[in-house]
Amino acid sequence: MTAGSDIPLFDRSNIVGRMLQVVVDWIIELGKMAIDRLIALGNISIFAARAARWLFTRLPHRETIVPNFYHIGVLSLPVVALTGTFIGMVLVVQSYVQFRMLNIETRLGAVINMSLVRELGPVLAAIMLAGRVGSAMAAELGTMRVTEQIDALTSLGANPIHYLVVPRFLACLLLIPALTIMADFMGFIGAYTLAVFYYGIDSHHYLINSEQYVGSFDLFAGVFKSLFFGTAIALIGCHRGFHCDPGAEGVGRAATTAFVYSFIMILLLDLLLGIMLDGIYYTLWPEGARMLG
Amino acid sequence: MVASTLDTTDPHAPLVQLDAIGVDFGAERVLRDISLHVERGETLAIIGESGCGKTVLLKTIIALLRPTRGTVLFDGKDLTRLSERELTLEQIRFGFLFQQAALFDSMTVAQNISFSLRQHTSKSNREIDEIVLARLAEVGLSEDVVLKKPAELSGGMRKRVGLARALAMEPEIILYDEPTTGLDPIMSDVINELILGTRQKHPVTSIVVTHDMRTARKVAGRIVMLYPLPRLDQEEPQILYDGPPEQIDDAPDRRVRQFVRGEAGQRLMEMRQRNGR
Repeated sequence: MTAGSDIPLFDRSNIVGRMLQVVVDWIIELGKMAIDRLIALGNISIFAARAARWLFTRLPHRETIVPNFYHIGVLSLPVVALTGTFIGMVLVVQSYVQFRMLNIETRLGAVINMSLVRELGPVLAAIMLAGRVGSAMAAELGTMRVTEQIDALTSLGANPIHYLVVPRFLACLLLIPALTIMADFMGFIGAYTLAVFYYGIDSHHYLINSEQYVGSFDLFAGVFKSLFFGTAIALIGCHRGFHCDPGAEGVGRAATTAFVYSFIMILLLDLLLGIMLDGIYYTLWPEGARMLG
Repeated sequence: MVASTLDTTDPHAPLVQLDAIGVDFGAERVLRDISLHVERGETLAIIGESGCGKTVLLKTIIALLRPTRGTVLFDGKDLTRLSERELTLEQIRFGFLFQQAALFDSMTVAQNISFSLRQHTSKSNREIDEIVLARLAEVGLSEDVVLKKPAELSGGMRKRVGLARALAMEPEIILYDEPTTGLDPIMSDVINELILGTRQKHPVTSIVVTHDMRTARKVAGRIVMLYPLPRLDQEEPQILYDGPPEQIDDAPDRRVRQFVRGEAGQRLMEMRQRNGR
């Protein structure tokens, strides 16, 4: 709040003048912040457009695609599977007592699997990917920026966007649906195991309820959302790395902001896409809306 | 070589021509109104104290940085107006030795040197291996290092691998960014010898950015001295000297002579006064 006070508009010798000056400084600061955010949004949009143009102009070499697919997809599987399993089990623990009181514990399958497939599977897989891969991308590319390796790529005639960003973008975009399905599946297994073998819920009715309430549109909705999450994680991670400040501190900040921005973006996209997909669902199947209301 | 197919301009015109270049980073102005030409086959040294914009100038020449004002002509083409793809074709006519070598640390020495060959040529693996070994031999490294990662090499070895990588595509122009900084005196002179040797073996144009006067005197046919903008008056040109190395000791500008002799003069006192001590 120091920049604004460079422009004194009011008489600071009395309290009213000082208060008005504080308000004006605050508005100026807010305006500056808004302009900075707008510039950042413009920068990342241009970055995304360049990545998209390279993606459609020329596919990257196999030797850049395979390691990225391995690091982003295969190595993320265990942590995504583990998260999915535990979330499935925790959901059963938290909901069982309430459902038991109403004697509808076999309905747990419907509620838990619906939550997993539409929300928790895609969102948690994306958050794990943002934490494991998004920040690592920012740190790796940030180090390359700081040590002039990105400049070296350009000087050797390899476009850094094509060489570094496109393979990471492709890996995130194409593999996040698989990771989401893995999170859904392991969540289902975790929840089923705890519900049936620990709480003794009837397996047959648990499965019947799950099948009845969870449709293929729900699975599609989750996977569809994950495509947007993957795009956001890759673009934010790469962008933060490319625009990394000098030094170890700069690399650290790039990694942290990559995760924080991806996390916020995932939540925001989840809300917007959730509203949009519900709109589509009730347009296609109006009887669903009538049931609600 | 890709370059020869593009060479449609006047062979007697300067290879690099900078016209009233200005570079700003936000509110900070680093270069102001720099006009400079580099003839084909000449070795130009750009000297000046740290922070005067030498590296920025070098990166502007190869279009790693975009000038805020002015034009950069390389072989008659304005690099600031080319598309990304056209620019890439021009950039592979350059070799760039970075200050810290900037080797790709995820790759081996061999993969580093062969990088541009694999990107831009259809040579077989055997041909590429032969070129890698020839380049390594040229910079005085044995084939034992080919499978090593950059982190396993000393500073001098990294610089030499960097030079081997820059030479891989037989560039027409090589840009050296502080080639001897951080090296011991013997290794510094080895690098100087390599710069000279490279020019003898290949018909290249070289631009060497350095603050090491020994390097500048030994390798350059012409020296240009830049001065930091904050220390200049509004009207003064940023290039204080442009001439042969033999005459730089008798340069009319006191600041050039002070730099060449490495005399701090009143600088420490000025810094203390500026910091309010």
